[in-house]
This record gives sequence, structure tokens and C-alpha cells, in this order.
Amino acid sequence: MGDINTAMTEQYRNNFLKEVEANVEEGQWVKMCMQCGVCSGSCPLGPAWEHPPQEIFMMIRAGRRDEVLKSESMWMCTSCYNCIVRCPRELPITHIMHGLANYAHRLGLAPKMNPTRRFAKMFWNNLTKSGRVNEIELSVGLYFMDGFKTGIARAWAMKDIGIGMLKTGRLNPFGFVTHKGCKDKKGIHKMLKKAREIEDRRKGFAA
Amino acid sequence: MADVVATQETIVVVGGGISGMTAAVEAAETGKNVILLERTPSLGGRVNQLYKYFPKLCHPTCGMEINLRRLRANKRIKVLTLAEVSKVEGRAGDYKLSVTLHPRYVNDNCTACGACGEAVSAEIPNPFNYGMSRMKAAYLPSLMAYPQRYVIDPSLLGTPDATKAREACKYGAVDLDMKAETITLSAGAVIWATGWRPYDAAKIQPYGYDRFDNVITSVEFERLSDPRGPTGGRIVRPSDGKEAKNVAFIQCAGSRDRNHLKHCSRICCMASLKQTTYVRERFGDEGQSTVYYIDIRAIDRFEDFYQKVQADSTVRFVKSKVANITEDESTGDVILHGVDTEGYHRYDNRHDLCVLAVGMEPNVDIKSIAGDVAVDASGFIQMGATDGGLFGAGCAANALDVNRSVQSATASVLRAVQVVNRVAKAEG
Repeated sequence: MGDINTAMTEQYRNNFLKEVEANVEEGQWVKMCMQCGVCSGSCPLGPAWEHPPQEIFMMIRAGRRDEVLKSESMWMCTSCYNCIVRCPRELPITHIMHGLANYAHRLGLAPKMNPTRRFAKMFWNNLTKSGRVNEIELSVGLYFMDGFKTGIARAWAMKDIGIGMLKTGRLNPFGFVTHKGCKDKKGIHKMLKKAREIEDRRKGFAA
Repeated sequence: MADVVATQETIVVVGGGISGMTAAVEAAETGKNVILLERTPSLGGRVNQLYKYFPKLCHPTCGMEINLRRLRANKRIKVLTLAEVSKVEGRAGDYKLSVTLHPRYVNDNCTACGACGEAVSAEIPNPFNYGMSRMKAAYLPSLMAYPQRYVIDPSLLGTPDATKAREACKYGAVDLDMKAETITLSAGAVIWATGWRPYDAAKIQPYGYDRFDNVITSVEFERLSDPRGPTGGRIVRPSDGKEAKNVAFIQCAGSRDRNHLKHCSRICCMASLKQTTYVRERFGDEGQSTVYYIDIRAIDRFEDFYQKVQADSTVRFVKSKVANITEDESTGDVILHGVDTEGYHRYDNRHDLCVLAVGMEPNVDIKSIAGDVAVDASGFIQMGATDGGLFGAGCAANALDVNRSVQSATASVLRAVQVVNRVAKAEG
């Protein structure tokens, strides 16, 4: 009975679900969702999602690959962990959302202008360049992400907080020049390269 | 209590609810000697606290009366109330039970005339109504209480009320010098029928049972609907006494949830479906029930009951587990928030009253009383101990409805009788 049973259930597992299970972080949990909806209802940004997590899980199971991977939805996750705490089946929903976003990004399917994606890229590049975040460069980069004019407007709107941080020594205005990074930059770069190779090999990405 | 005779051929039944009463009566009717132990002052258990039970919507008083008649008619059954088992030792055919007999402070002379209750003024929460009403501290546990004898609450001892109660009794039934005593009972087999308790709803933080007056549990709603209950059967809100015509039912409140009870409690879907009929009965077309569910599990052959409720235009079903509840402080209304699964619509629904269909958990931790009993992940007693003579019955063994509890009790009797027969043969 076991073999026939397994064969039958395999039929219901479409290719996209298998793909998610194999390549997305914590993707093997997607099949456990029982569609109760507590995650979607508990999400503080819920109304802003085009497809709430519960719907994303169902779309994966329905094989709607393009719609899921091109979606802005999972980029909305702010990692508040409310869904994980409340999920009756203990699905690591936050991690799955990040996993999906990352996978879509690696495939080049993620929405190009999604602000979360753009900031995440900026943060990653900033961090990995020297092994330590250059805060002034990152915040200026974030403000001026959409051009000079909006950058000035954003910086102006945040000026009180900025001045406060300067006064208390929480922001180094000379960081552009004085930022040092960590000791063994080459070592860090080597490690990241190796990690990338391993991930690519495991998930079948072209190097 | 020296008159309790227990031998290795005795079957001891622990718990005097529907399962325990059934087990005791059936074991005795096969000719075995039975001792029935009940922790509270009277038999009947949680079924007695229901307004009606599904699927036939009959009143528990009826089944209770039949069982009590069988019980009273049988000389082989000895009933001990206020009896709590603290330890079970031994093996099949040779058990020793340590039993604490708590004092009732009322002896056999009691005629249930009620004079002591009238004489005292102190009041305590009424456990029969899950604390939703208060009663005199000299009380009859319920109308159907067996034995029909009053109880003096220990909190009265040493107060002027205690003396008043004793003086009011014409029959010399109030005995304030009673002491708790511990006895040891022998038994060939033990039927463990300690039943269930509702899961502590306050632990389900997003539903605010501990914060909002108008969020109640299904067992409380049962008392609210009962004409013998705290409101005389009027379905009203605890916050302001206003009639609750728009009632929400939340299924799987604590069940099927790895943060709470892992198991499906089985009865709650049918219980809520049944309770929608209370709303209909009370308010007719003006009532409105909304059932929030993951999936309706109308157990057994009760799918037709589900269909009947679905056909009722005052009952609405929303396929969604509610994410959280907030309260409108100005009106006391509860607002249920979530996303449904049929279209992924976000809702913020206002209701007069919210009933949490709370799950069942074992009432007693059997492992702390009888060590070598096999239990499942939720603490229900399992079959499987190789040479055991202790058998779970009813809700001590699983989350069951009345019907299945009775079946389970009968099954446990068949097993217990075999153990006792083996002992008799060995001795004979």
C-alpha cells in the first residue's frame, strides 16, 4: 500500500511545489499549511499584501509559478514574527516569505523596482564590500535611491533625527572617508564566494 | 467508612460522570462488585451541565434519571462522593488505591429540605454554572444531584454561618466535626473515567478571554442557554445583560494548534452547530449565528445535522480561523478580525457575543497517580500496557462525545471484567 499511496500523492505534488520544496529556504513546510488564515489575519501589514501568506501557499500548491515569483507580496514581510508565533502548525512563515523573495530574486523574476529588494541589495553590497556596514553611506544611498530631488526632501524630513544622532555620537558624518571595515576583507570575500558557490551548486543556479 | 468492602475481585471506577456511571452500572449488572468514586459532591459530571446534547437535542436530565435508577437499583454498587484518588499501586488483579474522602459536613440524615441554605448568608461562586453565578455556601450541587444531600462549603467552618446552618437543621444532619480521611481500597481492575476539562481559554492570547467580558467559552454558553442556568435561559451578554442576538462561534479555540492542544477535540464542531439552534430557539429569525471554522468536522453520522444547520438562514459560516479579537469599549461589542479562505477577503466583523469552542483536555494527570499507564501526547490514556488492569474510559481515554464515551465505558467494562474473572479463577 505504501508505494501506491506515495505514487498517488506524488501526482498531486505539482512541479512548482517540488521546486519550492527543493530550492526555497524552509520550502518543505509549504505543504503543511491547512489554510486557516491566522497568518494573514495576524500580519500588521496584511491589508497591503496583494496575496497574503495563506494565499501564497495555496498558489504554490496550485502551481502558479509566475504569479508567485513575480509577486510583490512576500517583499512586504517586515519580520515581526506574529504569523510564526500564531500559526497552529508552527510553519516558519517569515522565513518562507524571505526564502521565496530571495529565490525570485536569484531567478531574476522579482519585481525590479520593488523598494525592499533594492534596499536589500544596497545593504548587501554595502556590508560585503568592507565586512562592516558603512552607516552614512547606506542611509544616504537609501535617501537618494530615487534621484537627487527626492533624496533632499527625504533627508530634510529626517533632519531632526539626524542632528540628534550626530549630537549623541550615533552617526559619523565623516564615515565616507574614515570607514575602515573589518580586518581581513580578503578572507571575508573568499568565504562569501565559497558560500555562493555551494548555494549555486545545491540549487542549480548557473554560476 | 469502614463499611466499604473491597477485594481483589472488586472493580473500582474512578469518576462519576456519564462514562463512570455507565461503567459502574454495566460492571455491576454483570455481577461484579463495584465501587464508584467521585471527586465532587454529586454524580453526573459535565454532561449534567449541558442544556441539551446532540444529535437529538434531548436534555441530560433524562439520561441521568435512567442511569440513576439503574444505579440505585443495584446493590453491588457502592458510591463514594467527595472521594479523590491520590495513588494507584499494584498490578492487574491486585491494585491498591489511596483515596482521600473529603468531608461534606452533612450526614445521611439530610432530606435536602434546604433549611441550612436559607440560614446561611455567605455566598460562593457556583461551579455548576462555571462560576457565572453565586450560591449560598450551604448548597445542593444541582437539581439532579445524587446523592440528594446538601454540602457545607469548608469556607463556612468557624464562622457564625456554620452554627446557623447546624441550628437550622431539624434532622441533625449538619456535622461540622467531620474530618478528611484517607483509606486504601483493593481492586482487581480499575476503570479510569475522570473525564475532561475545557482548555484554559485565557491561554489563547489573541482572543482576549481574560480581557473581554463578551468573549465566553462554549461550556459557559451552555449554562447561559439552560433555563436552570444563571440567567434562567436568557442568552445575554456578561458585560451589560443585553440580549446577545448576534453570536459568533470560533471553532478550534485551542484545538488542532501546536501552541495549545495538538489534537482535534472532536465534539466542538457539533457543539457549536447545536448551540446555533439555541440562538434560533431563543430569538427566531432575529437571531444571527456566525460560525468561524477551519473545516467542519461533524463526527460520526452527524453530517445531516450539519446540513440542517446550513439550511437555517440565520446561520452563517465563514471559513477562517479568526486571527484576533478586539473590543469596542463604548458598546462592549466584540470585533473579530481575520481573512477568509474562500476568496481571501479581510473582515472586521462586529458581534454581540463571541463563543470560543474550547477544546478538551484530560481532567487529571494520570501519570502522577498511576505511573505505568500509557498515555498519548495529549495525556489521554491509551491501550497498550501489556499486563495492565487499569483502563481508560470516556474522555479520560480520548476526546469523545456522550455517545462514544458510553461506548468507551462499555469497552472498558468488558476488559475489566476479564481481569476480575481471571483473578476469581486463580483463587477458586
